[in-house]
Parts: sequence; C-alpha cells; structure tokens
Amino acid sequence: MARVAASPRSLLGHSYNLVGVVAALVILAWTLIAIFAPAIIPHSIGDIVDDDYFGPMRQGLWLGSDYLGRDMLSRVLMGARYTVGISLAAVAIACFSGVVLGMVAAVTGGWLDTCLSRFLDAMNSIPSKLFGLVVVAAVGSSIPALILTLAVIYIPGAYRFARALAVNINTMDFMTVARVRGESTAYLIGSEILPNIIRPVLADFGLRFVFIVLLLSGLSFLGLGLQPPLADWGALVRENIGGLPFAAPAVIIPSLAIASLTISVNLLIDNLPQKIRDRDT
Amino acid sequence: MTSGVLNLVLKRLAIAVVTLLIVLFAVFFATSMLPGDTASILLGQAATPEAVAGLREAMHLNDPAILRFLRWLLGLLHGDLGTSYANEMPVAALIGGRFVNTMELAGITTLLSVPLALTLGITAAMLRGSLYDRTVTILSIGVISVPEFMVATLAVLLFAVYLKWLPALSSVNEAHTLTDLVRIYAMPVITLTFVISAQMIRMTRAAVIETLSTPYVEMALLKGASRGRMVLKHALPNALGPIVNAVALSLSYLVGGVIIVETIFNYPGIAKLMVDAVATRDLPLIQSCAMIFCLGYLLLITVADIIAIMSNPRLR
Repeated sequence: MARVAASPRSLLGHSYNLVGVVAALVILAWTLIAIFAPAIIPHSIGDIVDDDYFGPMRQGLWLGSDYLGRDMLSRVLMGARYTVGISLAAVAIACFSGVVLGMVAAVTGGWLDTCLSRFLDAMNSIPSKLFGLVVVAAVGSSIPALILTLAVIYIPGAYRFARALAVNINTMDFMTVARVRGESTAYLIGSEILPNIIRPVLADFGLRFVFIVLLLSGLSFLGLGLQPPLADWGALVRENIGGLPFAAPAVIIPSLAIASLTISVNLLIDNLPQKIRDRDT
Repeated sequence: MTSGVLNLVLKRLAIAVVTLLIVLFAVFFATSMLPGDTASILLGQAATPEAVAGLREAMHLNDPAILRFLRWLLGLLHGDLGTSYANEMPVAALIGGRFVNTMELAGITTLLSVPLALTLGITAAMLRGSLYDRTVTILSIGVISVPEFMVATLAVLLFAVYLKWLPALSSVNEAHTLTDLVRIYAMPVITLTFVISAQMIRMTRAAVIETLSTPYVEMALLKGASRGRMVLKHALPNALGPIVNAVALSLSYLVGGVIIVETIFNYPGIAKLMVDAVATRDLPLIQSCAMIFCLGYLLLITVADIIAIMSNPRLR
C-alpha cells in the first residue's frame, strides 16, 4: 500500500543506473562504429562475396549475406554511418533552430510570439511521416535534402518545448533586473535563459534524435529515404525484405541495429538523474 | 457547461479550422514543388513543345499558384477532388473504395487496442512497481522505440514464418469466406494494435498514477478503503478525462502507422494509394490523400484537446 506514495526511483535506484550505463555504452559503440566504419569493414559494401543470396551467419560472413550475396556485417556497419550521421545532423539543426526561436519568442512576446507559435503549431499538426513523404517526394532524397527535411519536421516540437521552459524562466526576478539593465535579446537568451533550461533541452535533444532515427528509417523503408547504392538501416531492411519468409539474418539484423540504438537512447534519458531530465511535458 | 468552457472549446475549434487552412496551403505548395513538369511527364518524351504548352494551358498550370490553390479549395467545397493525372479518373472515385478499406483497418484496430491498452495501463498503474508493471512498461517502451516496420516484420516472422498461422501478405479481393477475411486482416491489425496500444498504455498508466498520488486518494487510503475501491471509486472517475485524452492522442498515431503497414502488407488502402501517387507524381491524388490524413489527424488531436478542457473540473 505504501508503494503508491513512495518514489519508485528510491526502490530501484541502483539497477536503474546500471541500465543507464549499459545504454550509454551501446550509444558510444555505435558512434565509434559510425566514425570508423570505412576502416573496420571486412569487405567493400558493393562486393559480392557469397555465391548464395540470403546466406546464413557463418565464419567469415558473421551476419550472413544479403539479397545479392554481399557481406551483411560490412553493410550494417556502414549503414550506422548514414543512420547516425544524418539523424545527428538533422537533430542538431532542429534543436538549435527550435530552441533559439523558442527562447526569442518567450523573451520578446507580443505578435512575434503569437504568429510563430500559431504557425509552428499548425506545422506540428501535419503527421510527421506524411510530411516527410510529401517533402522528400518534392525535393528529392539527396543527403542534404533529407537532413533539412527531417530538421524542418522536428523544429516545431523543439520550439514548443523550449518556449514552454523559457516562458517560466522569463517571469523570474533576475530577468526583470537584466531587462532594466538594458541587456540585448541575444544576451538575455544566451546568458540568462539558456543556462537555466539547458539540461531538459539536452534530454529533449535525445528524444528527438530517436524520433528522427525512426522517421528516417521509415522513409528509407518506403524507398523514399537514402537511395542505392547508399543504404542506411531502414534501406537495408527494405532491400532484404524478400528474405523475410526464410527469416534471413539480412532482414533481422538491421532492424535490431535500429532498435538497439533507439532503445538505448530512451533508456539513457529515462535513467538520467531526476534533476537533469526534469521535464513537464 | 458554463460559458467559460464553451468559449475555450469554440476557441479550440477556431484554431483547428485555421490550422487546417495552413496545412492545406502547405500540402498544396509542397506538392506543387514536385520535380518535373507535369505536362511533359504526362505527354511523354515524344511530345512537341506546342503540345506541352497546350496541355499546360488546359490544366491551368500557367496560372499563379495562389489562383490554383483557391480554385482547388473551391472545388473541395463542392466535393470535387479533381482528376487524377495518371489515369484520368476522378480522384473521388479512386479514393472511395480504398478509404473504406483504410477505415475498416483503423476501426478494427481501435476496437481491439482501446480495451486492451486500458486494461493493461490501469492494472499496471494499480500494481505499480511490481514485476507485472515493469514487464508492461518495458514492453511498451520497446514497441515505441522501434520503427513500425520492425513490429510488422517481427509479427510476420512470428505468425507466418515460425507458427505458420497466417499468410504474410494480404489481398482483400481474394476474400471469400469469413476465415479468409480474418486471415487477411489479422497481420495488419496485429501490427497496428501493437503500435497504438504501446502509446496508449504508457499514457493511461501515467494518468492513473498521477491521480493515485492526489490527496483525496490518500484520504481514501487512510479511511481504510480497499485498493480496488480506492482505484475504481476514487481515482478512475477523476482520471477519465486524461485517459480519454490519451486514447484520442494515441489513435492519431494510426496515421503514421497505416502508411507503413499498408505498404508492407500490400493492403489496398488510401495510404498505399498515396505512396504510389508520390511515385507517379500524381498531384491531385497526393493532395487529396494528404488532406484526408491531415483531417483525420487534426480531428483526433482537437477532440483530445477538447476532452482535456471539458474534463478539467476547475473550468466547469
């Protein structure tokens, strides 16, 4: 009965942290793989190394072969580059623009705030997958276009989150003092507001990264993301989907790679100390 | 209902209408940017420049974009969705049957996922911290963290490859008996139910846990009410608003879900139609499909907001 009132964190505090450490290690591993992929892949991603297609896992071809008999391990390792790289670039642009706009809107107020909020809320009302489908079809699937599309789709969310936090800070006394001192807007958002919201904003950055990885994979899976011969994890699942009836590793491994990355980021954020991930939404 | 709530609801509806206009505008312009000149695509490579110019004129492609947008909007008000470029059929006729298919898929998924998710979410909140709660929580986080196509592939692996209960692909046209029908719908519905329920379970659990930490629930606890009574009589009625809100919000995830599910299972619905239309650059078809999806999505999130307003006792 007392459980209702007690904090679950104090009950399971230790094991939670272990989960967080494991999650952080998985993320670190994928980051290192993304950086050093070209140096560590055993075969070139275009080489056909297996006589059979959808080959099983065995020595030399640790993750089997794909629908053309190419080495799956190399393709998954290189795929990490595209999935992690594109998503990271997109989330950086989305969060930077969203957070700056959100802080400016909160500090300035008035019509700028109203117009921006109304417009970005409307953008938020377009389902992300549909938005991606239409925009990618319009501007193409080159890597810069993909990064920008994904960033634009997630700016409204980052804006909303940062603005809600900044509005609270904006009512504090030190903000009034800074205003009376005659500080510029750039100073207000950079030196007064940002340091006070940076931790929840970073947690939000992680969550948004997961959304972007999922959307990018979804688009690539539909054939509208990265185009051959490049292949991210979503595209790897798509091109090997024919192996599904034989449960080929070629279709399962890229899915597992996506899952390991997104679940790790989610778990890491969930297991950050309360102070850091303090978010109200 | 007092005038305060009525005002808030009206304001929310007005915002929804303005949002819809902005969204329509955005969809129209995004599709106008699709690469390639529609007239020359339609006529093929052998077309003379004169023929292309003539077709552009006939399709009003030379008019300013704003004029074309207004004409399209006016047509929508009359129920005229335009004519498909690809096969010259009215868009309304193309969409009609497929719309029913998608709604069937969404409807069956809703009927299955809502009771399932509410049961799991509420019981998990009641048994908070137990092994059962942790299992439900970890499973729902897992499903939320992976792409929809992975849930679909896992469902195919489990039910079609290992258990061999169901076919991997569905085709509504081949349905003759009830068993056929169940087998066809099973896989898409299972996948969608997983995706939607995971969201709903998390939100329902959070809503009930929040209510359970309020002073009046503690009061009920102190006066000696049983756990069941405490949850069913004291907490649930107050958590109803947030729960219904959670249901409406989760159902809006159906929009993203059907796009993937219809594509992977080759289900003849409106999302599949749209993905194909993007491939053939069929502007009127893309616009209409996108509009239907946005409309459905907007409807659900507006309903969720209005329920949240109405269920706040401080506003009643």
